[in-house]
Amino acid sequence: MAKAAAKVSSGGAARKSALAGREFHTGAVRLAVLPPAERISLRAPAGSVAALSKALGLDLPTKPKASASNGGRTALWLGPDEWLVIDQTGDPLANCSEVKDLHSAVGVSHRNVAFSVSGAGAEATLNAGCPQDLSLEAFPVGACSRTILGKVEIVLLRTGEDAFRVECWRSFSDYVHDFLVEAAADTGG
Amino acid sequence: MLLIHCPYCEEERPELEFRHAGEAHVARSPDIAAISDEDFEKFFFIRSNPKGIVFERWRHVHGCGRFFNAARNTVTDRFLTTYRAGETKPEISVAETGPAAWANREPAELNEKTAAGAKE
Repeated sequence: MAKAAAKVSSGGAARKSALAGREFHTGAVRLAVLPPAERISLRAPAGSVAALSKALGLDLPTKPKASASNGGRTALWLGPDEWLVIDQTGDPLANCSEVKDLHSAVGVSHRNVAFSVSGAGAEATLNAGCPQDLSLEAFPVGACSRTILGKVEIVLLRTGEDAFRVECWRSFSDYVHDFLVEAAADTGG
Repeated sequence: MLLIHCPYCEEERPELEFRHAGEAHVARSPDIAAISDEDFEKFFFIRSNPKGIVFERWRHVHGCGRFFNAARNTVTDRFLTTYRAGETKPEISVAETGPAAWANREPAELNEKTAAGAKE
């Protein structure tokens, strides 16, 4: 599988990522489009979790809203048998192909676009369109969830006390970006 | 906004993450081709649609993606309980439905100004 980070294809055409280079910040919020990453949608029954964890080099979380990280790789619990694995450097699809236990790993690297929302106003910015309780008690660092932002579905990961990663589908990225810019402006600062 | 307890995410989530998915506990015949047209009509089209407690399927479509069952009161819109798909239908007494208890009375009794439990 082609590396998501590859910039030039054999024809010499440059790969242009969605929203490349767009940045926005107010005093309280910084919004950035994150670089491309490898992503897989992983579905597996409970019996395969141990083997997949070993192959991926991290413990696949089995608790709701939990995530696990190792180096540049993060596994996000999305459902009782569903994970999103995001990797900045390696190739999780290749790691999963070594596992003989029952599972389904589908490469979705280019399906998603990721944003980082950080700063003191990050929580308020996301809550402009996300109805979940994002306080640190309910959504601690490392918590993740599939949820909604405005009219679209997103996957939200809290990377720090005032930092979030927002994953959305590529075709929705323009909407999500504009929504977050509007929301960030409203949080003031 | 309603908060609905997802039995798979094990917490209350905002209603915007959920989608209604029809009446629960509608059993499909194992030999669907053998049943009569009347029975198929009942299975396929006819729903109970009561005023009061309904058992419904819901899907946490913008969350864990799972279908689960819920008991809801159609009068108060209150979720009485939610439980995982495949679990047996919980016993919920009329008294538990609180303000909507009157909805489960016989039509002739509907105008009586007493609580449902008071007539016993």
